[in-house]
Amino acid sequence: MSQIMGQPVTEVVDDDIAAPLLGIDQLGKRFGGFVALDTVDLSVPTGQRLGLIGPNGSGKSTLVNCISGTLQNETGSVRFNGQRVDGMPPHQRARLGLARSFQLPRPFRSMTVAENIRVPLLYTVGARHGVHLTQSELEDRCLEVLSLVALQDKARKSPLDLTQVEMRKLELARAMAAEPKLLIADESMAGLSHSEVEDIVALLIRLNQRGITIIMIEHIMRAVMAFSQRLVVLVSGRKVADGAPEDVIKDKDVVGAYLGT
Amino acid sequence: MRTPLFTLVMLAVAAALYLSFRFVGNDYLFFLGYVVLQYVVIATAWNILGGYCGYVNFGSAGFFAIGVYSTIFFYNIGQAPEEVFPEFLLTPMKWIFPLPLPVLIVLGGVFAGLIGLGMGYLTLRLRGVFFAIATLALAVVLETFIVNWSFVGGSRGAYVIPPENIPVFGPFIQYLFVLMLLLAVASVVAARLIERSRLGIGFATIRDDELAAETSGVPTLRLKLIATVLSGALFGMAGAPFPFYIGYVEPNSAFNLSYAVNAIAMPMIGGTTSWVGPMIGALILSTLQQVVTVTISSAVNLLITGLLLIGFVILAPNGLIGLWHDWTGRRSKS
Repeated sequence: MSQIMGQPVTEVVDDDIAAPLLGIDQLGKRFGGFVALDTVDLSVPTGQRLGLIGPNGSGKSTLVNCISGTLQNETGSVRFNGQRVDGMPPHQRARLGLARSFQLPRPFRSMTVAENIRVPLLYTVGARHGVHLTQSELEDRCLEVLSLVALQDKARKSPLDLTQVEMRKLELARAMAAEPKLLIADESMAGLSHSEVEDIVALLIRLNQRGITIIMIEHIMRAVMAFSQRLVVLVSGRKVADGAPEDVIKDKDVVGAYLGT
Repeated sequence: MRTPLFTLVMLAVAAALYLSFRFVGNDYLFFLGYVVLQYVVIATAWNILGGYCGYVNFGSAGFFAIGVYSTIFFYNIGQAPEEVFPEFLLTPMKWIFPLPLPVLIVLGGVFAGLIGLGMGYLTLRLRGVFFAIATLALAVVLETFIVNWSFVGGSRGAYVIPPENIPVFGPFIQYLFVLMLLLAVASVVAARLIERSRLGIGFATIRDDELAAETSGVPTLRLKLIATVLSGALFGMAGAPFPFYIGYVEPNSAFNLSYAVNAIAMPMIGGTTSWVGPMIGALILSTLQQVVTVTISSAVNLLITGLLLIGFVILAPNGLIGLWHDWTGRRSKS
C-alpha cells in the first residue's frame, strides 16, 4: 500500500476541524459479482481542484455516478455539504449544488443550445429556496454562461450542429449553469486537440477561482498535472494513492498500475 | 400568441364551426363532428405522454374506457338510486342524480387521472417497449375487471338512453357536439400551454435524455407522473360522453383496439413535438375514416390508418409538421 495513502497533502485534512464539502466514507458498489468500488474513502474540502485518475475500468465513472446519484451505492455513505445524499435521486443532489458533466456529451437534442442551458436554470437554480428568475434574467444568465465557454454565438443553433469541442463545452456549460458548489467533469477532454485541452483546463481553473470545487476525471496527464492541486488514483475500485500530484505520479503502486510491474 | 388570445381565437373558430353546422342543419354533421373532435382530444391526450415525454402508451383504450364506464356507473346509480343508497340518503341523492353530463365528464377525467397516477407509479420505471407493453397489459386488466362487474353491465353491456331533445341546443347530439367541441378546445389550449411552460421544457428533457435531465435538476419521475395524470384525465374526459353518443356500450367497444391505434397514429401522422400535430392528424385521419366508413365500408377505415401510419413512419417520421418545417426551411434557404 502506498505510503501517502490516506494523507491528502492539503490544508484541510481532518474531518473534525472543518467538514469537507464532499465526504465519501467506505463507499462500495458491485455489478453482479464484479466489485466496481471497494470501500473508497475520499474527502474533498471546499475550493479544491482534485484530479481523479486510474486505468480504464478502475471505477472512476462509477464513483462519479455514485456521487451524482446516477447510480446508488450499496455500502458506505456520501455526504455533501454536511448532508447525507446517498439514496437521494440525482435531481435533488443537483439542487443541493452537485453538478456533473458526462463523458460522452448528452445534450437535449430537440432544443437549441440556449434552451439546453435554460433547463438547469429553471430546474436547479430556479428550484432553490427563494430564487425566482424572470424571463429576461433567464436569457441574461443563459448568455452569460454561454459566453464563459465562448458559445454565445451558437445560442440559437441545435446542439447537433456543434463540433466535438463545442459539444463538450456545452456539456460543461450546462453543468455550470446550475451554479454548483461542486462540479465533476468526467473526461471532458478526451479526443480534443492540444489547444482545445488547454482551453478547457483554463476554463475549469477560472471556475475554480470563482469558488467552485472541482473534481476532474481525465486520462490526459498533461491536463491533469496542470489542473490538479491534489491527485487521487483509483485502481480496480480501490484508492491506491492520494496526495500532491508530483508525489502521486512517482508512487510505485501508481506506476505499477499504469505500466504493469 | 398569448394564451388568452389563443383561447379566444380557438373559441371563435369553434363557435363558427358550430354555427355553420347548424346552418347546414343536418344532424349527421354533428354525429361526424363529434367523432372527429373526440379524436382531437384523444390524440392530444396521447401526445402529452407520448409526444412530449416520449413514453409510448398502448393502453389508451383503457383510459378512454374508464371515462366511458365512469359515466355508466353514475348513470346506473341515477336510474335506480333506491337500490344503491340506504333510505335516509335517498332524498338528497335524488336531488343530485342523475348527474348532468358536464359533471360526468369531469368525473370521468378524475377517475382516469387517478388510474393514470397508479399506472405511472407501477410502470414509469420501465422504458421504451417495456413501458408500451405494460400499458397494454393495464388495458387488458381493466377490461377483465369491467367484464366481471355486473353493475356496469359486465360482458352483456349497458344501455344509456339519452333524451331526444334538450333546451337551447335542440337535438341531444348538438349538445354532445358542443361539449366535445369545448373539450377539444380546452385540451388543445392546455397542450399548447404545457408545451411552452417550464413543465413542457421538463417533458422535452425527459424525451431527449432522462439521465441528463435528472442531473440538470429535473425531477423526472414526478414530471412523468404529472404527464400520465394529465394524459389519462383527458382520455377519460373524451370517453365520458361516449355512452350518450352511442347508446349501448359493451367492453369490446369501449376497450376497442382502434382507440389505442388511432391515439398513436394521429399524433404520429400530424407530428408529435407540438400541439398542432395531434390536432391536424386527428382532424385529417378521423375525417377520412368517417368518409371511408360511409362511402366504402367501416372495415376499411382501420386499414387506412395502418397504411398511412406505415407510410408516415417511413417517409415522414416527423409527421406533417416535420414535412412543413422541411418545406419552409428549404424555401427560406433557397
